[in-house]
Formats: sequence, C-alpha cells, structure tokens
Amino acid sequence: MSSKLRTKDEIVALFADGQTIVVGGFANHGVPDALIDCVLDSGARHLTLLSNDTGDADLTIGRLVHAGRVDKVVASHIGMNTETVALVASGKIEVTLVPQGSLAERMRCGGAGLGGVLTKTGLGTVAEKGKTIVEVDGERWLLEPALRGDVGLVRARSADPIGNLTYRGTCRNFNPLVARAAAVTVVEADMLVELDEIEGDSVVTPGVYVDMILAK
Amino acid sequence: MDIRHRMAKRAAAYFAAGDIVNLGIGVPSLCNNYAPPGVMFHTENGLIGVGPLAEGLQRVESFSNANGMRFVPMPGASVFDSAESFAIVRSGRLAATVLGGLQVSEKGDLANWARPGKMVGMGGAMDLVNGARKVIVTMELTAKGAPKILKACTYPLTGAACVDHIVTEQCVIDVTPEGLVLREVLDGVTPEEIQRQVEPTLVVADDLAIMAA
Repeated sequence: MSSKLRTKDEIVALFADGQTIVVGGFANHGVPDALIDCVLDSGARHLTLLSNDTGDADLTIGRLVHAGRVDKVVASHIGMNTETVALVASGKIEVTLVPQGSLAERMRCGGAGLGGVLTKTGLGTVAEKGKTIVEVDGERWLLEPALRGDVGLVRARSADPIGNLTYRGTCRNFNPLVARAAAVTVVEADMLVELDEIEGDSVVTPGVYVDMILAK
Repeated sequence: MDIRHRMAKRAAAYFAAGDIVNLGIGVPSLCNNYAPPGVMFHTENGLIGVGPLAEGLQRVESFSNANGMRFVPMPGASVFDSAESFAIVRSGRLAATVLGGLQVSEKGDLANWARPGKMVGMGGAMDLVNGARKVIVTMELTAKGAPKILKACTYPLTGAACVDHIVTEQCVIDVTPEGLVLREVLDGVTPEEIQRQVEPTLVVADDLAIMAA
C-alpha cells in the first residue's frame, strides 16, 4: 500500500493560476492553515475560492484574499472579513452568496457524481435569481446545481497513510464535503497516525477520496 | 430585566423539554439562559448539544459555535458535517429557531440578512426559516420610531411566509392566517399604542395577556 504523504514542495506544485480551490473550515476554525500557506507559496493568482466564508481579514482563509490571490468567491457569508467586503464593494472580487445548507448540499452533490439537488431554501428570495424552478407532484423546488473544484484543502484531526480521516468537534464542518468535491484532494492533519490506528468504523472520510497528505 | 434579556426569556418560553433549537446571534443567543431543562441547542457548523461558553483551558478550537464563540459541549452532544447539519434543519427536526429581524411583513415574510446595497451573506438563515418547525423573531418593535412590522418588506427576504411569533420589547405578535394577532403587551402599554408603531392592522386577541417585564 503506497503512502499518500507528500512534502510541502510537492503540494505547492499543485496550484496554478485560475484554479477553483475548495477550502474546509467555518469562521476561522477547522481551516487547513498549512495548506493555505502552500497556496500562498505557489504564487497562484486569479483563484476562485469555494468555501463557507473567507475568515477574518488576513486570518485563515482570509490570507488568500489579503494577498490578492482571489478573483471570485462562492460562499454563504463574507461579513466577518472586512477586506473581502471592501474588495467586493470596489468590484475587485466577484462574490456569489449561497444559502449555507444549499452550499453544503451542492458540494455534496459535486463529490457524489450528482448534478444537483432540489430544495425549498431560497424560494421567494434573491437566492432563486437565475435558477431553475422544478415542479414535482405539484410542489415547487429550487434546483441547486452541484459545485466542485480543482483542488480541495481539508483539515482533519487524524490521517493514516492512505488518507482515512477523522475530525474533531465542529472542526469537521465543511471538511468532509470538501474532501469529495475536488479533482485533487489534499489533507492537513493534526496527527499523522499509522495504518490501522483508525478503526474502520471510526473513519469519517474514507481514504479513497484523498490524494495527498501534507507530511510533518 | 433589561429589554434584551426580557425578549430572550419570552422567546425561550416557546421551548419544551426534548426540543432541539437553533439560536441566531445577538438577542436570540441569550435564550439559552432561559431555556427549560432538556432543551438541546443546534449549531449549524455541525453539533447538537451546545453548552455554556468555555472559559480558560476549556476553550478549544474544536468546539466553536457559528458565531466563532468557544463552548463546552453538553453530555450527549453529537457532531456531524455541514450537509448533515442542514439535512437536520430542512427536514423539520428543529423544534424552533430564534432569529433577529430587520423587517417582518403581515404575511410573515422575514427580512433579516441584508439591507439594500449591503449584502454580506445569508449564512444559514434561509435554510433555518424554511426548515425549523417554529420560527421566532426577536426584534425591537421599531427602528428608532420607524415601523419594522410592515405590510410588505422592502429589504431582501430571508424567507416568505415563514415567521410564527414576533417577540418585541413591548409586545408579542403571532402571524396567523387571519393576520397579525396581538397576544401580549407590556403592563401599561395599550393595544392602540402598539398599533401606532406597526403598519398592518393588528387583530387584538380576546385573551390579550400581560407580558412579563
């Protein structure tokens, strides 16, 4: 069984201009900060950021915004990050706001071979603008298409060498969804453990979804 | 009791043991101080069983609420990812959600996430108002004298026809098929005084009660 552990240099080489980067985390917690460092080190620009929020100004995910690497944001909330708000107001960043549950479900679809999901969330609001309404048995639903990206950045509690992952508490948040919703999934784990240290029943993200793990 | 806590306490009176409830930021977050025993709190970033705010060494990154505040999980807490968190929300497993409000219409439309030209994100609010079995809005009756309860909202909606109860510092109003029903007023406040501060015509409940101060 081959190990998915990779050096920082190998991970830095993944990033390129114009990519869509999917990032786990929620309001600065459960964010893969060491992998954000890798994006910064790569020099990649004109990125599309797909994540719940953009953290705080120059903190966690917000460091990508601060460094001017992001052209577009797809998120449920940007209000905590004063820099993102200002860049959106001045037209330097384009933002698409998605209801949080729909954002999560769209990523889940993107990672599950599905085209999208039907939801009531956002009906009768600006969230339905430009979207298809589907009628099923006389009920109206909003069609929310799947979302996925080029590289997914995941923060896990523990990872074994083949990428089986666990999470801790609310640091789980979007991370298991991100792990499935990208062409290449990269993991940063608090603890790197041996094969078989994570019991099969305890695995939250199976290693099949994981491509690379940042070595310590 | 100051008006923020008065509103939170009144909103929490809608909870019953066994309920799972999601609280928004601001006044709604104070409701956990007044909830009856046996109520558990859901946080949309993936946990049921939010306990008191953590202090000192108890403050860890892994137990943070949707507002970024660190808490201590309650015994029996469960953890899940964001997709499951909102499956719980949309499928009606939450007994109630308490949210702040900018405007509520006479049909129970809620606007609470954006003012025109200032849209920083709805977060989970649109899912919560569609999924929770009871939507309780806590807000001051007026914005510096300007009505917040209107015939139609002028701000971007969070949800259409979704509000059940409006708890303000002066009164409690229910959204019903017959219109907005004034249920409770603060001692010394008349229904006429409330009516003057809202745009739609209120129905005064036959059993109009006095709101606890």
